[in-house]
Amino acid sequence: MSDQQVDKGKRGFLMAATGVVGGVAAAATAVPFAGSMFPSERAKAAGAPVEADISKLAPGEMQIVEWRGKPVWIVNRTKEMLEGIKKSDARASDPNSDVPQQPEYAKNEYRSIKPDIVVLEGVCTHLGCSPQYKSVEAKGDMGQDWNGGFFCPCHGSKFDFAGRVFQGSPAPTNLRVPPYKFVGDAKIIIGDDTKGA
Amino acid sequence: MAAAEKQPVTGAGPLNGLLTWVDARFPLIKMWEEQWGKYVAPKNFNFWYYFGSLSAFVLVLQILTGIFLTMNYKPDAAHAFASVEYIMRDVWGGWIIRYMHSTGASAFFICIYLHMFRGLLYGSYRKPRELLWIFGMLIYLCLMAEAFFGYLLPWGQMSYWGAQVIVNLFGAVPFIGEDLSIWIRGDYVVSDATLNRFFAFHVIAIPLVLLGLVAAHLAALHEVGSNNPDGVEIKKQPKDPQTGLPLDGIYSHPYYTVKDALGVVVFLIVFSVIMFFLPEMGGYFLEYNNFIPADPLNTPQHIAPVWYFTPFYSILRAIPPLFNSQFPGVLAMGASTMILFLMPWLDRSPVKSVRYKGPVFKTALALFVIVFLLLGYLGTEPTNVWGQFGAWLGNADRATVVARICTAIYFLFFILMPWYSKIDQCKPEPARLTW
Amino acid sequence: MVSIVFGRFIRAVVCVASFASFATVASEGARLQTAPINSHDVASLQNGAKLFINYCLNCHTASYMRYNRLQDLELTEAQIKDNLIFTGVKVGELMQVGMDRKDAKAWFGVAPPDLTVTARARSSGAGTGSDWIFSYLRSFYRDPSRPTGWNNLVYPNVGMPHVLWQLSGQAQLHEEVFESEHAARAALIATKGVAQLEEGHEIKDGKTVERFVLKTLTPGNGALSHVEYDKAVTDIVNYMTYMAEPARLERRRVGFYVLMLLGLLLVLVYALKKSYWKNIH
Repeated sequence: MSDQQVDKGKRGFLMAATGVVGGVAAAATAVPFAGSMFPSERAKAAGAPVEADISKLAPGEMQIVEWRGKPVWIVNRTKEMLEGIKKSDARASDPNSDVPQQPEYAKNEYRSIKPDIVVLEGVCTHLGCSPQYKSVEAKGDMGQDWNGGFFCPCHGSKFDFAGRVFQGSPAPTNLRVPPYKFVGDAKIIIGDDTKGA
Repeated sequence: MAAAEKQPVTGAGPLNGLLTWVDARFPLIKMWEEQWGKYVAPKNFNFWYYFGSLSAFVLVLQILTGIFLTMNYKPDAAHAFASVEYIMRDVWGGWIIRYMHSTGASAFFICIYLHMFRGLLYGSYRKPRELLWIFGMLIYLCLMAEAFFGYLLPWGQMSYWGAQVIVNLFGAVPFIGEDLSIWIRGDYVVSDATLNRFFAFHVIAIPLVLLGLVAAHLAALHEVGSNNPDGVEIKKQPKDPQTGLPLDGIYSHPYYTVKDALGVVVFLIVFSVIMFFLPEMGGYFLEYNNFIPADPLNTPQHIAPVWYFTPFYSILRAIPPLFNSQFPGVLAMGASTMILFLMPWLDRSPVKSVRYKGPVFKTALALFVIVFLLLGYLGTEPTNVWGQFGAWLGNADRATVVARICTAIYFLFFILMPWYSKIDQCKPEPARLTW
Repeated sequence: MVSIVFGRFIRAVVCVASFASFATVASEGARLQTAPINSHDVASLQNGAKLFINYCLNCHTASYMRYNRLQDLELTEAQIKDNLIFTGVKVGELMQVGMDRKDAKAWFGVAPPDLTVTARARSSGAGTGSDWIFSYLRSFYRDPSRPTGWNNLVYPNVGMPHVLWQLSGQAQLHEEVFESEHAARAALIATKGVAQLEEGHEIKDGKTVERFVLKTLTPGNGALSHVEYDKAVTDIVNYMTYMAEPARLERRRVGFYVLMLLGLLLVLVYALKKSYWKNIH
């Protein structure tokens, strides 16, 4: 073997090794740059769970709290409203909440932990507008078959009081249910559903 | 059949296929070969020749880190200081990016100063490289502006008062000075308006100009070819019959690719030691007073510019006011950088490199280096650092007197150059390179 | 030339180490003491955080520091919330303070400065910022001429009263006058602890003569012994040093790995360069 061939083999090896180590170094350098684009500690603190006091939430009323910059609705549903949900089963495009738009504990008939209190992210699953509360009495606006729920002013999506989207709406899925839990009867923590504490 | 004529891509495989496709539509291979791959450089580059590529490397580093800092920095007097601490604490990896940028600023000047000194050593500004030198000088001026604007952004005490002092220098310009400095600040003092416009200059205006100038600098270099420690033009050498290259020339790739890579790794090691273990560098890279938010009502006890400006700051302080005007000092400070533009025409020596220049030029250059460093040191200190002379010298500050002597030598180095470089006893340049 | 440049750096660094004494020849700053802190001592850092929040955070802010960052000091969120937050804010909040800055200015003459990065900002040639805080907190003495009744050797005519006085006791100022600078300096070297040498003038027989005053403190007796008090101050300083740059330990750790990787790269690139340049003559 000539000197040059030996050189070539050695160079090839060195080139590959340098390439690998240099690549690792470059990738490692990219880590803080890419990492800096994740939510900062400030964003995390602002996105921390929020507490809502529902002791004064009368039946039929809705309370809006802000969590991670989004409106979260808490509605104290009356019997009439709950019945309206039952009547809407036929019109809902996902009546059994099969699409995972809710934590496991809210995958039930009323999409809530307690039947009367529902917690929903007030963001339309179509293009992100915030739908409006339309009571059972709003039949004038919403048509005679209206049993109460939410109506998105942007593109006309309709939802019932469990946040289930109606067939024919542009919104593809039910409204999202955020993780939440009750602390006693009067307090809800939104954004945190861990047991204990 | 332009594509057929080019035909530089050899071998098979999808990557080569893509390359051939691109090259048929865009002069990719041609640009690579002209600018680097087939660029013929002298064989004998030494230590000093690392700093050009290192400066380019630091420029890229500063732009990258700068972009990511901009994502979290707020150019607002009420939030700027806090946003820097936010980057240091709340942004994941933010401290790494910030220290890279702050260390990079000083590293940039170290590389540029050494790169410029290389030019002085080996006569790299001489014909036919005058424009190359002028582009380089313009880059240096841009860099100073970039550093000055950027230094205000952390909005600490040194940021604030440094900007205050420098902007007030423009106030020394006769007749229009006062209005000029108000126009620069956009306010009667350095304020939110000043911060906002300095931010615009720092992140977009100057970097754009800088990138254009760097492109021009490189294009000029690859047009005229690199100088070398012997100052011999390899283009005038006979061609090697085997390779067709000048006798002492080699392709940049792979030879200078691997050599510059070595330079980059050594640089990164030094850089990392500072960045990870000494980010403040004893108060020189990050000044302690800059950890105090800007306070327009309170000047820190001792203000000095960042180290890379101090030689010129010393010259400013050394010139006594004339007719109650600071203007002569400001002029001298400006002249001290501008005079470097004239180097190609000041040096009348028959040879380029210091290796073949005579004792007079060597002495002058050595003296210049000493004086430059001394001025740099004095600029970081208060003028009473060395105490006072006795009554026989009017109790003058020793440091001021030394700074005046140094300033005189600084300018004489340039002003007398046409004369002493001509009369010097030079050695003949060799025909081949040595190393 | 390289050695000149780096020599200059080193000299410059050394000069910084002495610039404060040059810069303020007229009123030479107090001699500081080195803070005996250890950034790996978690117990000390935790105690320092507790003392800082109890004693300092009532008037000062640390408004770039989040409470939940204290998890660095091996505290859990629950511990932070239950033991260290007195203002009812959430654990992710910044260390703000309830006091109105305007009220504060009225009470103390100046608004108490934010303390987040003080351990960096107070660095100078005389010592690190940590040394400064350590010396400062041990240099309060009784001075009836001041509105608060307190003065400080390190920070003359400071607006802040001695918040820790019940722990430290009340120190008294001790002044010793020397006629020659030499004797004064010798006495300064002989004393331990924080001390300040001042140059003054005295009129004697119609002539102005120089006088040198060495100021030292005679400690008082408080709830803590002197050793215990120094330990408490050390813990506070340790915490404040951490707070000024929470990423400091991480920085060094990352730096170590970066240098290892670059070292490996250096060996490879050096060999690569050698192999290519072997035949260039």
